[in-house]
Amino acid sequence: MNRLEDAMTFEEIQSLAKVEWEAFDRSDRPRILVGAATCGRSAGALDVLQTVNDELARRGIDATVVQVGCIGLCYLEPLVDITKPGRPRICYGNVTPEIAAQLIEDYLVNDNPRPDLALGTIGEGAVEGIPGFFEQPMLKPQVRIILRHCGTIDPVNINHYIALGGYSGFAQSLKMRPEEIIEEIKRSGLRGRGGAGFPTGLKWEFCHRSTGSEKYLVCNADEGDPGAFMNRSVLEGDPHAVLEGMLIAARAIGATHGYVYCRAEYPLALERLRIAISRMKDYALLGEDILGSGFAFDIEIKEGAGAFVCGEETALMASIEGQRGMPRPRPPFPAQAGIWGKPTNINNVETLAAVAVILQRGADWYAQHGTESSKGTKTFALAGKIRRTGLIEVPLGITLREIIYDIGGGVADDKQFKAVQTGGPSGGCLSSEHLDLPVDYETLAQAGSIMGSGGIIVADEDTCIVDFARFFLTFTQAESCGKCAPCRVGTRKMLDILERVTQGEGRDGDIDKLHQLAETIRDGSLCALGGTAPNPVLTTLRYFHGEYEEHIKDKRCSALVCKNLVSYYILPDKCQGCMICLRNCPVGAIKGGKRLVHVVDQSKCTHCGTCLDVCPPRFGAVAKVSGQRIEVPEEPIPVSPSK
Amino acid sequence: MNEELAEVLAPYRGRRGSLIPILQAVQAKLGYLPEEAVAEIAQFLAISKSEVFGVATFYSQFRFTKPGRHTVKVCLGTSCYVRGVSQIMSALEQTLGIEAGQTTPDLKFNLERVACFGCCALSPIIVVDDTVCSRVTPEKAKQAISSYE
Ligand SMILES: Cc1cc2nc3c(=O)[nH]c(=O)nc-3n(C[C@H](O)[C@H](O)[C@H](O)COP(=O)(O)O)c2cc1C
Ligand code: FES
Repeated sequence: MNRLEDAMTFEEIQSLAKVEWEAFDRSDRPRILVGAATCGRSAGALDVLQTVNDELARRGIDATVVQVGCIGLCYLEPLVDITKPGRPRICYGNVTPEIAAQLIEDYLVNDNPRPDLALGTIGEGAVEGIPGFFEQPMLKPQVRIILRHCGTIDPVNINHYIALGGYSGFAQSLKMRPEEIIEEIKRSGLRGRGGAGFPTGLKWEFCHRSTGSEKYLVCNADEGDPGAFMNRSVLEGDPHAVLEGMLIAARAIGATHGYVYCRAEYPLALERLRIAISRMKDYALLGEDILGSGFAFDIEIKEGAGAFVCGEETALMASIEGQRGMPRPRPPFPAQAGIWGKPTNINNVETLAAVAVILQRGADWYAQHGTESSKGTKTFALAGKIRRTGLIEVPLGITLREIIYDIGGGVADDKQFKAVQTGGPSGGCLSSEHLDLPVDYETLAQAGSIMGSGGIIVADEDTCIVDFARFFLTFTQAESCGKCAPCRVGTRKMLDILERVTQGEGRDGDIDKLHQLAETIRDGSLCALGGTAPNPVLTTLRYFHGEYEEHIKDKRCSALVCKNLVSYYILPDKCQGCMICLRNCPVGAIKGGKRLVHVVDQSKCTHCGTCLDVCPPRFGAVAKVSGQRIEVPEEPIPVSPSK
Repeated sequence: MNEELAEVLAPYRGRRGSLIPILQAVQAKLGYLPEEAVAEIAQFLAISKSEVFGVATFYSQFRFTKPGRHTVKVCLGTSCYVRGVSQIMSALEQTLGIEAGQTTPDLKFNLERVACFGCCALSPIIVVDDTVCSRVTPEKAKQAISSYE
């Protein structure tokens, strides 16, 4: 852009942005929003987008089409919203290219809003037969602060963000002294959303007080916790919110240079960040003399290279410096000596997005949400065996039951609830007795889990808890950087035991050994990766003790997951002697013949389950059991003539 | 120096902390990090080859053998685990005749594990090249790779 715009004041930028937003929001043309975040795309949003554009062109309809971020109802992706001038926006779910074409014909051309396909209306006014979008059970209990723009604005259009109040928090901070900014954040009660929940204002104060002309600010967008996607959604749907938070943090601590450390597995988030940063430069929101205030700051993107431990702050700094991403002991804390030995402040994506809104709307406004010690809202990623998967935002202090049942709709496929895992590999597995616990930092920690970054995974009766614990240990063991022995050796030893137990070779004393190892790893590890790695095992031992005992003593896996502990039997009263399983068995463990009841030779069987998969459902002749013997003939006998 | 490489390296001259971005750029260009490239990078940054290897081997993104023409990544994250991704991995291993981490002998496919694509709400997830396939079943997974040459 030209110099003229470089010299614009923030007020001038705002009015320019408002003009553009009004033209979009009050347009006399229809508007079509296609949810095209990673989740939408994986469900086919780009094909839908193509159809929408083709149909509009074919029919000569003049409409605005925008790709937006995720509004959170991932289970109904692809989502498409249509607004006709003067009408509320209507949101449609599970839209295929065919449905999209149909909607254009029915609603845009023939003015039938198709209530049968609609999820809800957004904005002023009503449409007969269509409920309000935010009245839906998944949305009603939510308080959307961080996610307020996701799915609603064009994430690559900085004017949309600015017109809705964006960067006014930063503009405000330019009028404040750093101490005042820090005080405001302290008053908001904001705690770090990256997992540990450290008070953000206090962290900034440390870094602000560190002396040095060069300081660094890092936005931690590594989001390595498998099963979590909150940060991805915010970066894809509203990147400027995070970048505004970075500007404010930089002002407060006196940073000159910023990094966004984002994992390479998030290509779309990286692309959106790159675009957003270049738009900021167009408006002189980055550079040597930001908004003519004399404040200088720039932001560089660093792509992660696939190492979970690099989400840990000291490892992350090593990685930015181009080294192996290994943590180091603290102190010195990053606020004293961080990147290149300079004072450094690291905050999570969501923390920074909250900072922006706190400066925009004030600490008191923010602090009215949440509990005494856990203020504000938190985003959570609902996944696993839950009916309504997606991204939600709720005030802290809400119960797990409200999240899982009211918002998430309960367990998918009418199965029985077994466990809920919060905090990923560093967190714990809680059972049904914990469902009424309020979700806040302290309560979850007391129960042996952690809030973590916000992944909530529901497991049902088909999940074996011991195998679940083994799964987490496999992850932490593989991701242990190897620098300290308790974590490197300890996680391996724990994993060995869990592997044995799930393979049916558990021994007396294994449980005690797991406890001992867990304590040593927890207390002796250099960083929190090791320090928290035993959590999934400790919580499952505590709340699902019986399942461990059952594996070790009875060699039984009641979820029928552990391969070596299950057996397959062919039921003589159901088998029709069709030979399908016999032909498909990869190890030739099935005896039989045409119209002869087949028999599994248990000594040859490798428990692969192929016979169960291929047995025609109308026969249903293969039984899968654990810790149980079904009496069947030892040799093939003729299929009973009555059939 | 190899011209192709020189072009990739040039923008990083004199910039601190650029080893990882360089490795990423070189791998994006060549598909992997051949030993000669590692030597060139070491020379360019005036550090030893073992330092470059030390960093490169730490991160799972980097590979040192020629990859197949297509990459099939299977998510082994928590949500995908709970939703039964292990069966999908077995189905793919069986169909391709290789184990995770290997390349088919005809250099057509790599099979890789990834710990979460952030698409957990629609798990299980596999990604073939850049296409994300959601709510995959063993059948759908086999079908997804059948159209690649
Ligand atoms: C193994 C490990 C992985 C971590 N991964 C992340 C991550 O992906 N994102 C994040 O923001 N914090 C992560 N953290 C926490 C960071 O070390 C740090 O506490 C956080 O980024 C601080 O930001 P906050 O104060 O805004 O929460 C991780 C910590 C550990 C020990
Ligand atoms: S757990 Fe598979 S995409 Fe997140």
